[in-house]
Amino acid sequence: MNIVVCVKQVPDTESPRKLKSDDKTLDRGAADGVINELDEYAIEEALRIKEAHGGEVTVLTMGPEKATDSIRKALAMGADKAVHLVDDALVGSDALQTSYALQQVLGRTGFDVVVLGAESTDARTGMLPAMLAERLGVPQLTLANKVDIDGSSITVQRLTDYGYDKVEASLPAVVSVVEKTNEPRYPSFKGIMAAKKKPVETLGVADAGIDAAQVGLANAATEVVDFAEAPPRAQGQIVTDEGDGGVKVADFLASKKFV
Amino acid sequence: MAEILVLVDYVDGEVKKVTLELLTLARRLGEAAAVWVGPGYENAKDKLAEYGAAKVYVAADEELTSYVVAPKVELLAQLVAEKSPGAVLVSATGEGKEIAGRLAVRTGSGVLTDVVDVTEGFVGEHSIFGGAIVSHAKVRQGTPIIAVRPNAIATEAAPGTPAEEQVSVALSDAAKAAKVVEKVVQEKGERPDLTEAAIVVSGGRGVGNAENFKIIEDLADSLGAAVGASRAATDAGWYPHQFQVGQTGKTVSPQLYVAVGISGAIQHRAGMQTSKTIVAINKDPEAPIFELVDFGLVGDLFQVAPQLTEEINKRK
Repeated sequence: MNIVVCVKQVPDTESPRKLKSDDKTLDRGAADGVINELDEYAIEEALRIKEAHGGEVTVLTMGPEKATDSIRKALAMGADKAVHLVDDALVGSDALQTSYALQQVLGRTGFDVVVLGAESTDARTGMLPAMLAERLGVPQLTLANKVDIDGSSITVQRLTDYGYDKVEASLPAVVSVVEKTNEPRYPSFKGIMAAKKKPVETLGVADAGIDAAQVGLANAATEVVDFAEAPPRAQGQIVTDEGDGGVKVADFLASKKFV
Repeated sequence: MAEILVLVDYVDGEVKKVTLELLTLARRLGEAAAVWVGPGYENAKDKLAEYGAAKVYVAADEELTSYVVAPKVELLAQLVAEKSPGAVLVSATGEGKEIAGRLAVRTGSGVLTDVVDVTEGFVGEHSIFGGAIVSHAKVRQGTPIIAVRPNAIATEAAPGTPAEEQVSVALSDAAKAAKVVEKVVQEKGERPDLTEAAIVVSGGRGVGNAENFKIIEDLADSLGAAVGASRAATDAGWYPHQFQVGQTGKTVSPQLYVAVGISGAIQHRAGMQTSKTIVAINKDPEAPIFELVDFGLVGDLFQVAPQLTEEINKRK
């Protein structure tokens, strides 16, 4: 089984996240980079598929030089090898362009199943897995909290507003996972040591057959017009309970016509 | 005036509130044209008429709802090609965002997701990084495809009589690749949908265990609110995961958000910071949630919350 897991490095949500004033893109230098949280679940799911069905797990990352930290962590968790798509031409690409770039790389690596986290914590578009399925022309098995593979057939539970859908398809397929899918493992010391020797292939736009005129900020289908810090919320009223706290809250709610 | 396509969101045949928000928004931007996919339009038509749909495209074929996302995308792509709408609006739910993404690929269009408003020229407003930054973005290629956050737009009725047009699409084999073999509806009870509720009451780590969530539910019921939970509470298994509010859970934007026993880590704030009025009950005066509140009560939730519930019930 050829399993590819897409991993995005994002700014740590615990540190201040900023946009750059010149080109209005994410300031990746302003915060520590970490693996997007849901991608850890994707890595775990990829490893479990490998453990159950054999094969190889390839980590695919598009991102700047320093995304190698995230790649190493994914390898330390147990992935076998990695492809790092890194090129200045890609800077500022939107989801539409990113899905195109990843499609081109997946055309080189081939795949039986592509696993992604359902959403990133920075852009939060939640679109990339579906866009990839569209571009690759394979079944979209997204928002899955349970994944079962049997031979060439794959079944997932897809979370919906009302509960879940049971969805069936044949491989190859694109899968996205949510945080209830599994419990990501921690890299072991042995895993961390082994990761240093695992192959990481670095690709530029030309190597991957990506048309540079279709990626990057200048060619994006969307444009950030402006941005500003949200006006701070006015300091509210803070009251300490003296036995009638519930009444005080009710008074406030009544003053706002909620009661 | 160009048509603005609005993909209708419905559950159990009932039009969801977010669709009424989208119709309200669409009327500001052009002529609202609803797109109904699947059987059951007859039961929903009055609602769409009440909120000002000038037109409804009805694609009644049940097959369109038997596969994941792709059939809706093919239908919308066909409508985009035939009707040249000014924009396509969908709700920014998990599925809505996926539809928006695929439609953008299919039509070579720019896409904006999770916007909280759209103004002239289809400029979308985003609230990003957990509400810390407000940004505006526009589409510069193709037909703007815009996923709008539920509860961000105030609904306004504008009763009319929409023109109806039956539409159909010949699905590609690729659109039929992921088959929905069973739809499992989980018991929701009488409470409103979390992302659509006007009031949300959430419990966190301070609640302590699953049993104590009854306190949160009682408070929510006194207000006619939806129940939410922080990640600490859902991770601990005290409350089902689908009710998680936060960065990796649901994003809510109600009129009133009541956080009970929730410290307010960024993980949680990202999911509720655009709520209009925020109230918190927490025993730690240093809890970051108090930075956000309109009204904060420092106290023991086990004393305060039941007293509050009782007081609200008394005043009804």
